[in-house]
Amino acid sequence: MCGIIGVIDRQKQKMNGSGIKEALSLMNERGSGEGAGYAAYGIYPDFEDCYALHIFFDNLVEPKSKVDDIIQKWGRVVHQEEIPTKEQPNLKRSHVPWRYFFKPYTDLMTGSLTPDEDIVKYLVMEINSSTIEGALVFSSGKNMGVFKAAGWPEDVANFYKIDEYEGYIWLAHNRYPTNTPGWWGGAHPFNLLNWSVVHNGEITSYGTNQRYVESNGYQCTMYTDTEVVAYLFDLLGRHHELPSEIIVKAMAPPFWDEIDEMNDKERELNKAIRLTYGPALMNGPFAIVVATHDGIVGFTDRIKLRPLVVGEHGSRLYISSEEAAIRTMDPQVEDIHMPGAGEPVIGRVVT
Amino acid sequence: MSLGSVPLKYRIQIDRQQCMQCMRCVYNCSYGVFREEDDGNILIDSRKCTACHRCISMCPRDAINLSEHPVDYRSHPLWTPQAREDVINQSRSGRIVLAGMGNAKDYPIIYDRLVLDACQVTNPSIDPLREPMELRTYLGQKPSKLDIRKQENGEIKLNTKLSPNLELQTPIMIGHMSYGAISLNAQLSLAKAAAKTGTYMGTGEGGLHKDIYPYQDNVIVQVASGRFGVDINYLDRGAAIEIKIGQGAKPGIGGHLPGEKVCTDVSCTRMIPAGSDAISPAPHHDIYSIEDLAQLVRGLKEATEWKKPVFVKIAAVHNVAAVAAGIARSSADAVVIDGFRGGTGAAPKVFRDNVGIPIEAAIASVDQKLNDQGIRNKVSVIASGGIRNSADIAKSIALGADAVYIGTAALISMGCRVCGNCYRGLCPWGIATQREDLVSRLDPEVESEHVANLIKSWTLELSELMGAAGINSIESLRGNRSRLRGYMLDEGTLDVLQVKPVGA
Repeated sequence: MCGIIGVIDRQKQKMNGSGIKEALSLMNERGSGEGAGYAAYGIYPDFEDCYALHIFFDNLVEPKSKVDDIIQKWGRVVHQEEIPTKEQPNLKRSHVPWRYFFKPYTDLMTGSLTPDEDIVKYLVMEINSSTIEGALVFSSGKNMGVFKAAGWPEDVANFYKIDEYEGYIWLAHNRYPTNTPGWWGGAHPFNLLNWSVVHNGEITSYGTNQRYVESNGYQCTMYTDTEVVAYLFDLLGRHHELPSEIIVKAMAPPFWDEIDEMNDKERELNKAIRLTYGPALMNGPFAIVVATHDGIVGFTDRIKLRPLVVGEHGSRLYISSEEAAIRTMDPQVEDIHMPGAGEPVIGRVVT
Repeated sequence: MSLGSVPLKYRIQIDRQQCMQCMRCVYNCSYGVFREEDDGNILIDSRKCTACHRCISMCPRDAINLSEHPVDYRSHPLWTPQAREDVINQSRSGRIVLAGMGNAKDYPIIYDRLVLDACQVTNPSIDPLREPMELRTYLGQKPSKLDIRKQENGEIKLNTKLSPNLELQTPIMIGHMSYGAISLNAQLSLAKAAAKTGTYMGTGEGGLHKDIYPYQDNVIVQVASGRFGVDINYLDRGAAIEIKIGQGAKPGIGGHLPGEKVCTDVSCTRMIPAGSDAISPAPHHDIYSIEDLAQLVRGLKEATEWKKPVFVKIAAVHNVAAVAAGIARSSADAVVIDGFRGGTGAAPKVFRDNVGIPIEAAIASVDQKLNDQGIRNKVSVIASGGIRNSADIAKSIALGADAVYIGTAALISMGCRVCGNCYRGLCPWGIATQREDLVSRLDPEVESEHVANLIKSWTLELSELMGAAGINSIESLRGNRSRLRGYMLDEGTLDVLQVKPVGA
């Protein structure tokens, strides 16, 4: 099951987290109270040039000193603090959520065109691939952050005081876990650098996708299929510089029968995408919303085995599992529609 | 003192009450097991029997019975009857023991210890009868990334040029069996079947007979160490070119087509004198290292104007992964790995049964090595050697293969009973022979239909297996080892296969 919702204000007008909390809680039927999370963009204007590293520490003694060591080797910590939380009776505090605002020393990464991002990616992979026990980086973008835990959406939101953050993009996820219940790291959104992903479904091609990202220098460490989506977006979007509609085409391509019917130019393009990015094709039922600092994209698998509804109102674009969730957030929403299978819905910041 | 004869391998008996003395067995057996006496009685010489089953399948009364090992040796776990007989035969002949078909030793079969996955509840299985199911496969080099730019006017522009790929409607191809080793009718049946099912068949190292020309778009031509039949006409006609370095049934050694099988037609096609032995050397004498291979690949591409994919076939040996990585660094478009169960017309038994590694492990280690080095996209991986059914194919693909070659299975679909006497040139099914009366038994119209049926039915089964696993496109099965589990496989093998044990 799982319920997802994402919203972007294309004029970058900010929304606080109370609306999306309501919307997500409305979809409790789709969850089991064992995982929920939020991602918000534009929330750290005071540190907008820093990478905000959100980390779960099992304790602040050993794991934290190891993390301090490694990140201080690779850059400068501008500011750090425990992420403010408020105890909730129904939420068991399993980790200490911490945040660093971090600036990498770009000259340390040789042979990279985007050294700062590659340093952050390296640190995430290094810390998460269990070289450091008891520490998990779950958010690593600029001027954005993920907040997640094992619990019902409203408890997780209240725990992190989501109402107090103001962002122009929000993603949220209500989890019905089957694989790793109760593990905070297993809750969505999944994030790497500026990419955040919420996902409803199960990726039957996981093994193939995992091998593909691993051969490109990523390490899957979260015991769940969703993280691979974030890595695929990073690889295809950041490294291969593909436009977002092409990334979606790689992950949920048209069928060969459709490609055969296209005009020469389209056919050549689509064939090239399928041949080159076959291992990035995602199979199995899914509805996904991916966000980055300048937009969101929602899409489903090629035969739409999971629901996805889109709503628009002025500069706001909503993508969700359920129409009711969108209407909860914005009762005045206009133009509700359901995108076709594999068809990308893209909302971009216009400034 | 004489060594004496060894016991009978098979005993043929005729139920005389059932027999109507139609003499079909006498006519059909090319090994001379049956002889008609003047009084119409049928005499049997069981010693000549190869268990090819031709007589049994042609007997209208089911009157013929065959039993294997009718005479026992004293049983012994080490000194099997086979071990004893090889010693006796070699003491007599002083020669290498020849054998046909694939590895006949009782090694565990990894395929049979791998199980596939299916969906339950958390994701729906997909019904291939109602939803599209894509098995279309492209073989050849793929770019590691595409250069796609969005232009000012919003138009998308593709700046990467793709190299030529073979398009297959199913990931099943028919492996290389040469004209010479098999009959023209057999090869024609395979070529027709490939054309019917939208796939490809290999010529082997036997040249391309003009009767196959009409199907040349579905034919992969082979260049092996003997260079038999190779000229520019041959290269130009093939849809792809395959360089054969080694063969799973006999890694490290060449091939030998006995002169008796080199009739006029074979001699013309191979471009060798009639009646002469066709001996392919063990190595290519212009390839003594990997860079020499890269040169040959480039040479063949240059000759065909870079329009055709070039494959390189190697036997699965211990360091197959490193060799494959070397091949991937040449301009080659695919690497074919032939496992130690791969068939052959003739091989020294000691090689067939003891040299090389199983295809399952070879696929896994090759795919892993290429993946680790970030060059998996540079070549397609084609697996062959001992693939018996659609499940073996699904497992091969899940371990990392792009497509498979079938050989023995295609022959079985034309009548072959795997008797393993191909090298004798007496195949009563008209497959592994050049004797005209025997060849004429095989009707290419009928047998191509049988081979095509086999490919179609396996393709259907593959669709069902994929659908059950919630996968509607073959590329999502490729290298998807998380959809496999190992049952009673040892830890070392699981580690190589990178497959979890059942229940994990």
